Amino acid sequence: MEKRLLTGIHLWQGNEACAEGALAAGLTLFAGYPITPATEISERLSARLPATGGTFVQGADELDSLTIVIGAVWGGAQAMTATSGNGICLMQENIGYACITETPMVVVDCQRAGPATGAATKTMQGDFYTVRYGSNADYAIIALSPSSPQEMFDLTIEAFNLSEQYRVPTFVMPDEAVAHMRERVVVPEHVELFPRCKPTVPPDQFVPWRANPETMVPEMAHFGERYRMPVPGLTHDESGRPSASYKVHSAMVRRLVDKVESRADQIARYEALFLDDAEIVVVAYGSVARSAERAVRDLRDEGVKVGFLRLITLWPFPDALIRRAVGRARKVVVAEMSVGKLVREVERALAGAAVVKLFSKPGISLHTPREILSFVREVA
Amino acid sequence: MEAVQVKHPALKYYQLGSGGDPTLWCSGCGIGQIWYFTVKAMEELELDPDKVVWVGGSGCTGRMCTYWNHDLMHTLHGRPLGFATGIKLANPELTVVCHMGDGETSAIGGNHLIQSARRNVDVVAICVNNFNYGMTGGQFSPTTPLGGITKTSPEGHRERSFDLCDLVKAAGATYVARWTTTHPQKSIKAIKKAIQNKGFSFVEIVAQCPTHYGRNNRLGDGPAMMKLQKEMSVRVGQAADMSREELKDKIVIGEFVSTQSPEYGEILRSFRPESKESDNA
Repeated sequence: MEKRLLTGIHLWQGNEACAEGALAAGLTLFAGYPITPATEISERLSARLPATGGTFVQGADELDSLTIVIGAVWGGAQAMTATSGNGICLMQENIGYACITETPMVVVDCQRAGPATGAATKTMQGDFYTVRYGSNADYAIIALSPSSPQEMFDLTIEAFNLSEQYRVPTFVMPDEAVAHMRERVVVPEHVELFPRCKPTVPPDQFVPWRANPETMVPEMAHFGERYRMPVPGLTHDESGRPSASYKVHSAMVRRLVDKVESRADQIARYEALFLDDAEIVVVAYGSVARSAERAVRDLRDEGVKVGFLRLITLWPFPDALIRRAVGRARKVVVAEMSVGKLVREVERALAGAAVVKLFSKPGISLHTPREILSFVREVA
Repeated sequence: MEAVQVKHPALKYYQLGSGGDPTLWCSGCGIGQIWYFTVKAMEELELDPDKVVWVGGSGCTGRMCTYWNHDLMHTLHGRPLGFATGIKLANPELTVVCHMGDGETSAIGGNHLIQSARRNVDVVAICVNNFNYGMTGGQFSPTTPLGGITKTSPEGHRERSFDLCDLVKAAGATYVARWTTTHPQKSIKAIKKAIQNKGFSFVEIVAQCPTHYGRNNRLGDGPAMMKLQKEMSVRVGQAADMSREELKDKIVIGEFVSTQSPEYGEILRSFRPESKESDNA
């Protein structure tokens, strides 16, 4: 049997690091449909998963893949899928199902240029809202965005942990540039894992959908464990029985959203530089943040009082973090590879507390440090 | 004379409170019969109900799993077989039974059906074929007969219908049978064989929907429709000698496939190092 955790230093592509992160987090089943730029995750896991005692499935499409992932979790697996572009659209119905059934699982969305088939091999940050609002009605998810192969490894593990802690589908959403970037990745000797919330009471006392009042998360019994577990796609009460009552529906929907959204501060992961005296703050994520950091450091060398905020957690959107990070700065520059999505959330969070300027490039061409530097200089 | 209270033998598996107590199915509907055929088959096989997962999707048939009082997964329209595949791969000791309506099986879920048959995954698919979408009020499905009147084919259905047993046979299913609700013993036997088959099993059970398909086509109430089903049924052996014209309004019943082929999960597990080692030993 091969080792799950390849302790040591590696030169890995982002997608390879993601696959290895998943194995380090205890992945036992992967199901995915080939799609650029996510395919390398499938390819690596098609060899590594069976070699570590797991199951690799190539689905007939994205719907097949995600239904297999969700079913497998309830059968006791640690499971993941990876996709991109059109694939993330096709998965939306199942994502809603995973949310209402509070299924812990990880979805990797390697963002590519769109809409539709778009420029399949090129980068974009267009799925910012797709992962958050793509399925019908009200729910919440967690999304993390790495900006290096090291983070593809680290954040895939983090995504598994958050998905278990909050019992919610968790997205890892690199843009294509990060998914295909090759860099040094350090794999530690040990990783901390958040265990699945298994029942703490015997079957006759188990109420399958009663949430712990503190964590707002119910305990989870797998099939075959004699807990008579109903997994309902319908609006349900604590027993799991279907209901169309306003009271039951409202309690369920609000809890599904609040268990994640009210913990935005705890879930917020980020990197900040030079915020203390910043008069202007550059906000970015993913590959764009790499260029933004270079630009900010160069501007600091020139004496411009500019700060840098790289968002790692995109959802739940870290409103409070944005307000704290911007502080007394008068201006904010949002750099993103889209015509403007992240910027809307930043504006909403700041509610007029600072002037927000968008530096947008809608994919294919990366923001260069020089372009960001010029843009900030003009705004300043 | 002493009053004897007789309890329905399926009651111990029945979950009250899952909608429309005792069930949400209309009077005369065939779905409840198939619910009973399934638990009867399980009981005759002496299965541990804690190791049986019922999976359903949407529609009248999709609700069958919600009345099962053990492990159940009430999933999405057309997709039970995908979820069932995941459950079975994660825990091969479980018996996974899907109940799906005709529309769910062959329209929105058509790809899940043929892929499951092709893979030969060890899952039981029971298709309740009542020739229309009942829950939404009786629209045509891929199994609605040519000329059949539904809410979306008011002048008579104009599309050719699917023979689902032929479809899954061609796709590689290792157990395939069709019966009707008028054949309870045969249906129970078929479900038993489907559960015992190590591979993908497909049992189509033709059922009456007096509220919609029956009413729209003036076929009478539940019992009248069941009588009709019996009259229209032709055994598979007999059918072999009949012309296409003679079979036009017939329901061919019986066992179409009962064979053995490597099962999907077993094949996948055989690539694990421990299995390779034990193979060498």
